[in-house]
Amino acid sequence: MSILIDRNTRVMTQGITGKTGQFHTQTSRAYANGSACFVAGVNPKKAGEDFEGIPIYGTVADAKKASGATVSVIYVPPPFAAAAIDEAVDAGLDLVICITEGIPVRDMIRTRYRMRGKKTLLVGPNCPGVITPDELKIGIMPGHIHKKGPVGVVSRSGTLTYEAVGQLTELGLGQSTCVGIGGDPVNGVKHIDVLKMFNDDPKTEAVIMVGEIGGNDEETAARWVKENMRKPVVGFIAGVTAPAGKRMGHAGAIISGGKGTAQEKLAVMEECGIKTTRNPAEMGRTLKSVLK
Amino acid sequence: MKIHEYQGKQLLREYGVPTPRGFPALSVDEAVDAARKLGGSVWVVKAQIHAGGRGKGGGVKVAKSIDDVRSRAKEILGMQLITHQTGPEGQRVRRLLIEEGADIRKELYAGMVVDRGTQKVVLMASSEGGMDIEEVAAKTPEKIRRVSIDPVQGLTDADADEIALGIGIPQAALAQGRAVFKGLYKCFDASDASLAEINPLILTGDNRVVALDAKLNFDDNALFRHPEIQALRDLDEEDPLEVEASKYDLNYISLDGEIACMVNGAGLAMATMDTIKLYGGQPANFLDVGGGATAEKVTAAFKIMLSNRKVKAILVNIFGGIMKCDTIANGVVSAAREVKLSLPLVVRMKGTNEDLGKKILRESGLPIISADNMGEAAEKVVGAVKGKR
Repeated sequence: MSILIDRNTRVMTQGITGKTGQFHTQTSRAYANGSACFVAGVNPKKAGEDFEGIPIYGTVADAKKASGATVSVIYVPPPFAAAAIDEAVDAGLDLVICITEGIPVRDMIRTRYRMRGKKTLLVGPNCPGVITPDELKIGIMPGHIHKKGPVGVVSRSGTLTYEAVGQLTELGLGQSTCVGIGGDPVNGVKHIDVLKMFNDDPKTEAVIMVGEIGGNDEETAARWVKENMRKPVVGFIAGVTAPAGKRMGHAGAIISGGKGTAQEKLAVMEECGIKTTRNPAEMGRTLKSVLK
Repeated sequence: MKIHEYQGKQLLREYGVPTPRGFPALSVDEAVDAARKLGGSVWVVKAQIHAGGRGKGGGVKVAKSIDDVRSRAKEILGMQLITHQTGPEGQRVRRLLIEEGADIRKELYAGMVVDRGTQKVVLMASSEGGMDIEEVAAKTPEKIRRVSIDPVQGLTDADADEIALGIGIPQAALAQGRAVFKGLYKCFDASDASLAEINPLILTGDNRVVALDAKLNFDDNALFRHPEIQALRDLDEEDPLEVEASKYDLNYISLDGEIACMVNGAGLAMATMDTIKLYGGQPANFLDVGGGATAEKVTAAFKIMLSNRKVKAILVNIFGGIMKCDTIANGVVSAAREVKLSLPLVVRMKGTNEDLGKKILRESGLPIISADNMGEAAEKVVGAVKGKR
């Protein structure tokens, strides 16, 4: 098993005809079971056409009805991306993975508000996506660094996630599912939500959680871990050296009002029984040290 | 993006938030003209820089005659204003705001931010204005009132009134307080602001509620739909290196250390800075080259990093996914040649086409130090700097 996605998931790409959407649909399709999983594309102006054999529909609802896809991945440009999420939510999809970086916060506030009480889960935006190794890759991560196995990975960043995965794979430790939740201040699933899923997934034996400065989602997740998690969790937080008040690339990576520092997060995580490392080169080995 | 106080006040007035009358001035003569136009007998001469804490740093002065306005303006204009937010070198004052004096009965605080927990905009207000709000939050948290704003309904009259009464705005000024809070939210929402602060918001002797200061920041991701706000950008207030970097779509932030670093991805870039520190060095910058780093982009990145005179070595850390290591290696080699790099350069590359990338670096004939992992890379670059001393 795995969380969120597996070889039986059927996926549509929203924004399949753009350069990014095309490229990543190609690489995702070429990975493991991808050719069977990517079954539809959406573009309101190109209904009836196809992208390398993947049929294109005018709306998410049409794509769902015709293809049976229940998951979508979004590569739509930032000014229109929140509306693309809204459309997927309205069509009743189970999961929406939004890769797009640079969506205005105000748009995301309205989109998240609309999502209240709906069944659709959102991963991202501004994230690398989700991968269940050897089964399905939905997103922009390099597939070849992954390996199937017992470690769950959840992270707010892209390349730093690859770094963690690369270290695990080098140590011979495979991954159950890797989830990039994204670096924006207003987003979908958070560390805590993904940890809950890993806790319930029989194939996940331990979890590595990678965070960064800004907000307090890592602290919230850590407190939940202390009370509920039955599996070891290790963690790293990027940004010990980041200055206050400066946005470090990700819109959400900013220490404001003295809150959201890496030190504070690491302290809470340790208090809650999460083994942390200050050295990002040691993420893999730290995880290995807690495995039975 | 940040704007000046006088620009923020202009924007707030458009949404019905009262402010003192005032005019910006770029010279002493303009300051005097502004004071004459305003009339009255008391004026405030305010330095316009993007950092807070201007009053304490000597950038805000009261003048009681036109001559006084002239001498205060002379004193402040061109000064290197040092506040807790400018850093020790301070910020040069190039613009002034000349305002009419205000009859302050009580200083209050109003602020607005996006709350990540509730995923809504939150209005915060306090009876303790004029002070650092973080200090109020730490010492007397009960003096801060907050309300989450429903994105569809907006700020309701009931919520606005509750906040106003909660921070001590009297019944006689309640309608004014309500108008200020509702105007502030409308302004925040319509302009895609990321932060708004009115500190102090004042209650005047005749029961008016007036914004005596205005700090507004905007969501960079939403600027595409606000040309009117983009037009308010003042490049003099920004780090020239950060401005230069933004032209190449590079995400660069200057820091105080001596080891420059170039990394792909924001999280990995932060983690690389942390590793440098862990091995006893200090990062000179944050630099995310993003995806698709071409030779041109890498060369621009090298030039920007090297314009910082404190830099003694460079660390390149790339995790190639979509971006291939050989592409980056070619970029690094051509950049090092073009800038005639004389400082130690440590390169760590991992991922797609890693071996090919390493081969390109090896065969370049340049004295590039190669490393296999982040820890080793940091150790080597810190060692290179220490060896140089």
